[in-house]
Amino acid sequence: MKNEKLNQAYNAYVEARIPKTKPWPSLFNAFWVGGLVCLLGQGINELLLYLFPSMAEQSAWSWTLVILIFIASFLTAIGVYDKIGKFAGGGTIVPITGFSNSISSPAIEFKHEGIIYGTCVKMFSVAGPVIVSGVVASIVVGLIYFIVGLI
Amino acid sequence: MQTIELKNRPKIVGGYSIVGPKEGRGPFGKYFDYVMKSDSFGEKTYELAERKMFEIAATGAIQNAGLMVSDVNLMLAGDLLNQIISSSYAARAFNMPYLGMFGACSTMAESLAVGAVLINGRHLKNVVCASGSHFSTAERQFRFPLELGCQRVPTSQWTVTAAGASVLSLEGSGPEIVSVTFGKVIDLGIKDVNNMGAAMAPAAADTMAVHFEETKHKPEDYDLILTGDLGKLGSEILIDLLEAKGYKMGKNYSDCGHSFFTREQDTMCGGSGCGANAAVLNSYVLKKMRKGEVKRVLFVPTGALMSTTATQQGESIPGVSHAIVLESGGK
Repeated sequence: MKNEKLNQAYNAYVEARIPKTKPWPSLFNAFWVGGLVCLLGQGINELLLYLFPSMAEQSAWSWTLVILIFIASFLTAIGVYDKIGKFAGGGTIVPITGFSNSISSPAIEFKHEGIIYGTCVKMFSVAGPVIVSGVVASIVVGLIYFIVGLI
Repeated sequence: MQTIELKNRPKIVGGYSIVGPKEGRGPFGKYFDYVMKSDSFGEKTYELAERKMFEIAATGAIQNAGLMVSDVNLMLAGDLLNQIISSSYAARAFNMPYLGMFGACSTMAESLAVGAVLINGRHLKNVVCASGSHFSTAERQFRFPLELGCQRVPTSQWTVTAAGASVLSLEGSGPEIVSVTFGKVIDLGIKDVNNMGAAMAPAAADTMAVHFEETKHKPEDYDLILTGDLGKLGSEILIDLLEAKGYKMGKNYSDCGHSFFTREQDTMCGGSGCGANAAVLNSYVLKKMRKGEVKRVLFVPTGALMSTTATQQGESIPGVSHAIVLESGGK
């Protein structure tokens, strides 16, 4: 038996009772931790260029990403990244470190189900949608670029 | 009638509770029979750890009842994992008939109610009822990997790592089950899986109102009214819903989930899971009743009967709740 009116009234009542998160403290933490991650990336990049003067700028950036991804996966494996993420929220989800964490955490979690059915299948369970949207968005942008080029 | 009066008064002659380390540090910590040193409990997977908890809880309850495993005629048990593997696989270790129960987090009440009716009718002599949950197995089945760096919403609850078991019999001493009320499935259209308390509160309110009406009792007739895992928000909603039905809840009302952790343990709206009420009933409540500090208890755990598939397909969350009245004094 479904009573739409009653359900709507109950949902509205519950909505009014839900404790609200205070946005400013979470935004503040996300801002400064996120900024710190970017600073770390810039620092690694500068250090690489300083240590290896012959390195091309483009490959220095690639190495920077590799190092950041490694650090995040490592922190995930030793059980630290989730604690940072709980504190910083978007600050550690948005940078590439968050992407790394979203792939390594299910990979670790599902290793007991085997390498293929566990780790390989579940590895992209969180990051998958992000990759799909990224690819679709790049196709759309590519098409727009192509059409604009024709005009 | 949804309420069955049990004239022969089956007794809980033995109980046992086992919890994880975080749960052991909570307010009920000193009442539990066994606090695990780690969540993995020395096993390769968390699923194996949960299964081991079931085995220990059931064995412990049978021992506390002064019985042998061979004296028990039936095991009634259930958990939260798909196809209730923790209880069924644990039952493999016991050489006795087994009925798998599923009422999500209301499973302990469902098992006790069915067991009590069977004992009351003198169909069986001794029955063991068990239920439990594990934080790490529930997280991976219902939510995200443990190491994912995300934040919890304020209405969310923390699935407890805990299991509890009770042995029912007509012979022996312990709190008596005087009546049971089986509940209807109630769904008021809540779809947010991070707000289980709001989804389940209407089921508890319905079962409790029916119970009060059929038994002609009022909330103040009980020393303790205990819901399962409505959490902070859910129990506040329940108080409102019951008030609208004409029943005023007093200081004797408490929720296992809401009081399972301290504020510093940072679990948002509190604990949840089959294990929360199963462990509290078989530790705190039994011990208080044996000492005579609490004489009449209304135990009303609730269960959210959804699955991840149903939720992803846009279904709302149905709730169910069963009530059990316990009275101390049986000798």
